[in-house]
Amino acid sequence: MNQQPAIAPSSSRAAAQSHFRTLRPGTPFQPRIDALARTNDWYNWAGYRAPHSLWDEELEYFAIRSQAALFDISPMTKYRVEGPDAEAFLNRVTLRDVTKLRPGRVHYTAWCDDGGFVLDDGTLFRLSPTRFRLCSQERHLPWLLDSAIGLDVAVEEETEAVAGLALQGPTAFAVLRDARFAGVERLRLFDIAEFPHDGDTVIISRTGFTGDLGYELFVPAEHALSLWDRLMLGGELRGIRAIGYTALNRARLEAGLIVANADFTTSGHAVRPNRLRMPDEIGLGFMIDLEKGHFNGRRAIVSARAKKRLRHVLVGLEIEGNIPAEHAMVYYRKSQEVGLVSAAMWSPMAKRNIAIASLARPFGDTIVDDLWVEIYAMRELQYQKLMKRAKVVPRPFIKLDRRTANPPADF
Amino acid sequence: MTSFDAIVVGGGHNGLVSAAVLAKSGRMVLVLEAAGNVGGASRTEEFAPGFRVSSIAHLLNRLHPDVVKTLELERLGLQIARSDFVPSVALSTDGPPLVLHGAYGEVLTGASSTGQTAWKDLRAQLLRYTGILKPLLARRPPDLSGMSLIDTASLGQTGLALKKLGKEDMRDFLRVLLMNVSDLLDEQLSDDRLKGLLAFDATLGCHLGPRSPTSLLGLYYRLAGESGGAAGAQILPKGGMGAVVSAIRAAAEKAGVTIRTNTPAAGIIVEKGRAVGVALASGEEIRARTIVSAINPATTVFDLVGPLEIDTGFIRKVKNIRMKGDAAKLNLALDRPPQFAGVDAAGHRGRLVIAPSPDHVERAFNPSKYGEFSPEPVMEITLPSLTDSSLAPDGACVLSAVVQYAPYALREGWTAGRGKFLNVIMAQLETYAPGIGKTVRHAELLTPADIEARYRMPGGHWHHGELQADQMLVSRPVSGWSGYDTPIDGLFLAGAGSHPGGGVSGAPGLNAAKRIIAMKG
Repeated sequence: MNQQPAIAPSSSRAAAQSHFRTLRPGTPFQPRIDALARTNDWYNWAGYRAPHSLWDEELEYFAIRSQAALFDISPMTKYRVEGPDAEAFLNRVTLRDVTKLRPGRVHYTAWCDDGGFVLDDGTLFRLSPTRFRLCSQERHLPWLLDSAIGLDVAVEEETEAVAGLALQGPTAFAVLRDARFAGVERLRLFDIAEFPHDGDTVIISRTGFTGDLGYELFVPAEHALSLWDRLMLGGELRGIRAIGYTALNRARLEAGLIVANADFTTSGHAVRPNRLRMPDEIGLGFMIDLEKGHFNGRRAIVSARAKKRLRHVLVGLEIEGNIPAEHAMVYYRKSQEVGLVSAAMWSPMAKRNIAIASLARPFGDTIVDDLWVEIYAMRELQYQKLMKRAKVVPRPFIKLDRRTANPPADF
Repeated sequence: MTSFDAIVVGGGHNGLVSAAVLAKSGRMVLVLEAAGNVGGASRTEEFAPGFRVSSIAHLLNRLHPDVVKTLELERLGLQIARSDFVPSVALSTDGPPLVLHGAYGEVLTGASSTGQTAWKDLRAQLLRYTGILKPLLARRPPDLSGMSLIDTASLGQTGLALKKLGKEDMRDFLRVLLMNVSDLLDEQLSDDRLKGLLAFDATLGCHLGPRSPTSLLGLYYRLAGESGGAAGAQILPKGGMGAVVSAIRAAAEKAGVTIRTNTPAAGIIVEKGRAVGVALASGEEIRARTIVSAINPATTVFDLVGPLEIDTGFIRKVKNIRMKGDAAKLNLALDRPPQFAGVDAAGHRGRLVIAPSPDHVERAFNPSKYGEFSPEPVMEITLPSLTDSSLAPDGACVLSAVVQYAPYALREGWTAGRGKFLNVIMAQLETYAPGIGKTVRHAELLTPADIEARYRMPGGHWHHGELQADQMLVSRPVSGWSGYDTPIDGLFLAGAGSHPGGGVSGAPGLNAAKRIIAMKG
């Protein structure tokens, strides 16, 4: 009767997560992306070499909004979660009620540590009653394995094995149809279906990070290039373009979506205690389901809500003028510092100067008037300090009917 | 059907103490015990026809005075007089033994006069320093996340006590606090027998050798215990340890506690983050406002509550509690009392220790690090039937020994290793008590694996978790949850896995009950 659980030696855990052994690897799509990379503007996405832009970040953005943009999401961390207890496991780990997520559906969710602080946000794909794919910004294998102790569930990282593409934009549906993915028109928002490809299967979901009509495609890494070619060929007359992250980042801001470690610091990374954020403090409170049973952080979240210990709030701002307020400080009555802008842009779609900001409550919560941002605009080696009025506005900043229209429009 | 305010899972001595204290506060209390009798590792059991012995714990040296007082154990037959104190005999193959009389060597015989003086000074110093830690090892650890006035005040008292030592002594206390026992002994003593005994006592029940850093804490922990008001005093309870538990049980029953034996719990029922009852292996469910788990903390979390009700970070901490025991228990049924060379009659009625030097203890410890048992084990031996003839047939004798080091995770496995280990123990005994081997009628060796299975102690660990600096005080059983409560509202831990730790003290059980009463649970 050894009631101590078997502790996997650290070497086996390291082997299960060996991504760090190769520095800055390419993704399975790298040959195609390298061929298109005229700007040679790379950044590090979870260890991978990924493009900030490929040819022109402005035009890449407009490819999302007026054509079809192809974005390589292979570096996104992916976990395969499978077993009889997979549902219970994920229900305990993540905030939302997984029992309500039907097979063939996706939901956006987040997960917390014991203190109720957000470890990450991501998407959860339910591929079958007992099989899931959890996608996230950061790596969580040790956390997930420790969460699996005592449960009949296998958790495996599949970031390298599975290649992913986001196809986003008004002609995204037409591209897929023209690439002969028969039946793709039946996919409603957050639906998943499997399609034959190259003697194997590609999983397509109607999801995305742009607020636009769009899809995400997951395929075994060895069929990555043939999938890319199939889409490019199918989309030739629909204006399909490969894009980098800068363009996507603009689209996601218009859609009001947040990025871990850009708009909030994940609890695994935060060094300073006051950087930790509860879901309610970054606009994810809607995910919390106190009726579903226990989940990680529940006790702390309930206590923080009851004791009114939620110190921050994440808000959408509309700022006068047209100068992006990136990383500007937010003031109350032009004098009291109450927060910081984490993302900002002039939105071509909304025709508004928009931003996402974190404010110290009660500002942004009960006090929303008389807020200002101080923008430092660099003008030929001199800062021009601009104090601009900011208004708290709901997110998303743009709402596109084509994102949810059924059947999807044929542009 | 009676409804209960509190259910205590586990009828070991801590569970019974907790139940009794809660019942005395007016609560209706039910104790669930999986085995056929209460007491856990503090029972008196027959191991051979006509031979009875204290199952695991065989010496009473730390039953907390507050437990004795609160439960009025003296009126229930548990009287401890100075005349009951038994000596410790440090055996030696090189000559006569050294004997510590009274309460942990108030008088030392068999040593040189300089040795006597050195011991007198060291003993006084050890007791003085233990005195600083003693209150910390008695009450609930301070709650670091929100210190109450009482917490702050009692920590302040510790600071004050430290200050009262005087500058030199205070500095020395802090200097030696985390030392290894061997180095400290070398500073002050020269007698190997005495040093061996102290090295043994410091490491008994721990996965430490005398030269392992912090091993001195084990000696402080031992000396923080008292019997009959004397620190370090030990007695061999009449009727075995089961008699002590009987007194506690009587106190519990007198207070109205209901005890159900042969009733293993299968799970703790949790609804909306709150423990609301216990599911029995039989399928029956019993509900109560407060659930007290006086069993192992890891068993409580993994087997009774289950991972789905608990945050991953807490699971991680519990998973990391080190609890692989190193102590085996040997029970021998002997045809006649053995004769340990050079030991007088009083010594035979005391505690006989085979640990001839710190080096010997360290060498015994070394193989255990690599999953092997000691080829020349160290041990403490008692012959309880010499003081209580009811434990053995006429003329026969019971030998009860705690033997180290017998690592729980023996590389070759205990099925293969048990016989071999018994042989090396018997060889050691033969050296000190020639002829003993021929008088053995029956030998029962309980390895940590046996102790785990028989007494439901994971890892066969007496303390339900290593008693080392990183698993003591505010870190026992896990950091952030040292105050007997758990992340599950209404569920409390009251066993040896909680602060202060193991040994027949009743302190975890008493503190847990006090905490529950304070929280109006």
